[in-house]
Amino acid sequence: MFLALPGFLLGFGLSSTPLIATPQSQHFVDPLPLQSGASLRDYSLSFETYGTLNAERSNAVLVCHALNASHHVAGSYAGQANSEGWWGNMIGPGKPVDTNRFFVIGVNNLGSCFGSTGPMHANPDAPTGSGKVYGADFPVVTVEDWVNAQARLLDVLGIKTLAAIMGGSLGGMQALSWTLQYPDRVRYAVVVASAPNLTAENIAFNEVARRAIVTDPDFHGGHFYEHGTVPKRGLRIARMIGHITYLSDDVMNEKFGRQLRDAVVAQAGELAPPGSAAHAVPSVGAYKYTTQDVEFQIESYLRYQGDKFAEYFDANTYLLITRALDYFDPASAYGGDLSKALAKATCKFLLVSFTTDWRFSPKRSREIVKALLDNQRDVSYAEIDAPHGHDAFLLDDPRYMGVVRSYFDSIAQGVSA
Amino acid sequence: MTDLNTMHALAQLVPPGSRVLDLGCGDGAMLAHLQQTRGCTGYGVEIDDANVLACVKRGVNVIQFNLDEGLALFGDASFDVVLQIDTLQHLRNAEVMLRETVRVGRVGIVAFPNFAHWPNRLSILKGRMPVTKRLPYQWYDTPNIRVGTHADLAALAARNGLQVQDSFGLQGGHMVRVMPNLRAGTSVYKLTLPR
Repeated sequence: MFLALPGFLLGFGLSSTPLIATPQSQHFVDPLPLQSGASLRDYSLSFETYGTLNAERSNAVLVCHALNASHHVAGSYAGQANSEGWWGNMIGPGKPVDTNRFFVIGVNNLGSCFGSTGPMHANPDAPTGSGKVYGADFPVVTVEDWVNAQARLLDVLGIKTLAAIMGGSLGGMQALSWTLQYPDRVRYAVVVASAPNLTAENIAFNEVARRAIVTDPDFHGGHFYEHGTVPKRGLRIARMIGHITYLSDDVMNEKFGRQLRDAVVAQAGELAPPGSAAHAVPSVGAYKYTTQDVEFQIESYLRYQGDKFAEYFDANTYLLITRALDYFDPASAYGGDLSKALAKATCKFLLVSFTTDWRFSPKRSREIVKALLDNQRDVSYAEIDAPHGHDAFLLDDPRYMGVVRSYFDSIAQGVSA
Repeated sequence: MTDLNTMHALAQLVPPGSRVLDLGCGDGAMLAHLQQTRGCTGYGVEIDDANVLACVKRGVNVIQFNLDEGLALFGDASFDVVLQIDTLQHLRNAEVMLRETVRVGRVGIVAFPNFAHWPNRLSILKGRMPVTKRLPYQWYDTPNIRVGTHADLAALAARNGLQVQDSFGLQGGHMVRVMPNLRAGTSVYKLTLPR
């Protein structure tokens, strides 16, 4: 007990030290050839790093982001309340991916709207002095293109080999792609709640979201910046659809059920005096008998999420990122044979899925596991029985966190050995 | 569940350097032992969260799924040895899994509690279900949904056209070759597909 105490205090001390995140930017002059045949020149990547790169440069972990996240993976911005990185529960001092041991890098992908070059930035191919931004002319980027861009950033940072590549959802696709595009630069891959490609249903959801944006009169064919408009209506609906698919039916029912908004209930309560029949049956008495007002809590929640999203997210970015999701399919070059496609991957893998995730279901993760087994690769797979649907990959679940923590413990042993 | 002596005795059956699949691998102790002492590689299959975590902690490859779903993840003869140690008795589809074990592995090694071990017989003679070190559960809370004997497995193997390369009992970590059905708490079979 006496011996264990100082260690505990040390650990506690380290994990309670706030991690300060500092965004950085790296400019690239050389054109980046894209899968489409087009290229991007004069572009920048926003990134953040946490922890210290060791002398051997062997402890780097690159974290890939999904649809609406960014390079701000962990820590908080100095003096900014509620500015914790999107995977702050997973990555930081004393966290499962411990920044006291690993040098963690978050990169914002090209086409995104959080700092790296995207559709809202000046198009270098536009006439000089026109100040015209890319808008809809931003080239379509793929998961493979993002990985190539990330690799260039690692070159600049002087990192030849990653201890681990890690990502969830679309980030997991990038992690998987890393193991195929740069197999010698990755020692471990952690792929969470991901898939080897999107199902038709998934592409369908993306298409509905894209149509909502594109058909918004404020979209102006993607050149809304010069019109001084933002296609917020489209973005809101896109986000609402997304949110429905990130949750499970059970969690949505548990969280919202058929609850009516507090305001509506209160109003009905005022109308119906206590003891009256209407008061005794609030579920009937509280209906407003409207078709366009927000009455149910779930409606309120979705509208709130949509409104919030439309304030900060770029419409063209949404189109680009969902398209990158649609296109990702490493098996397609091998006649749909994922086992053949993954023959290139030589690193060790951890895959995690969540039983109630219907957008990136366990079945899809198992396809990756099977392909890795067919190639006799080192792979572990945890199927977490969590109720939260796809969102579970961002939430605290002790089983999930425990497995990732232990996996990174073993990665750390390899780093120091 | 499986004691250290039994584990070491079973490990002797696995040729050095084998590619091993351990069905119901528990905390991964057997695979870790095979990796460290016999240069084996491979994977464990587990359903229990705590066991999956224990395997990851040991650095043993583990795949989490319910064995009652079958072994579709694994190709024919993709392993030198498939272990099923104290697993068969928990499976609903025990017969299918026995066949699957020798489909996926060139050799299947199955170990399970022998219900015909004499203390169990004695208990039954007295009119009560046995509760022993090997079968520590009461009849109403046992996870062992398949209760069979050393002799029963021979019949099941024959019924499925499987070849018994070897079979014996284990008692206190020692091999029992004389009257194993009576004298051993654990039954062991080494099975293959017919050649």
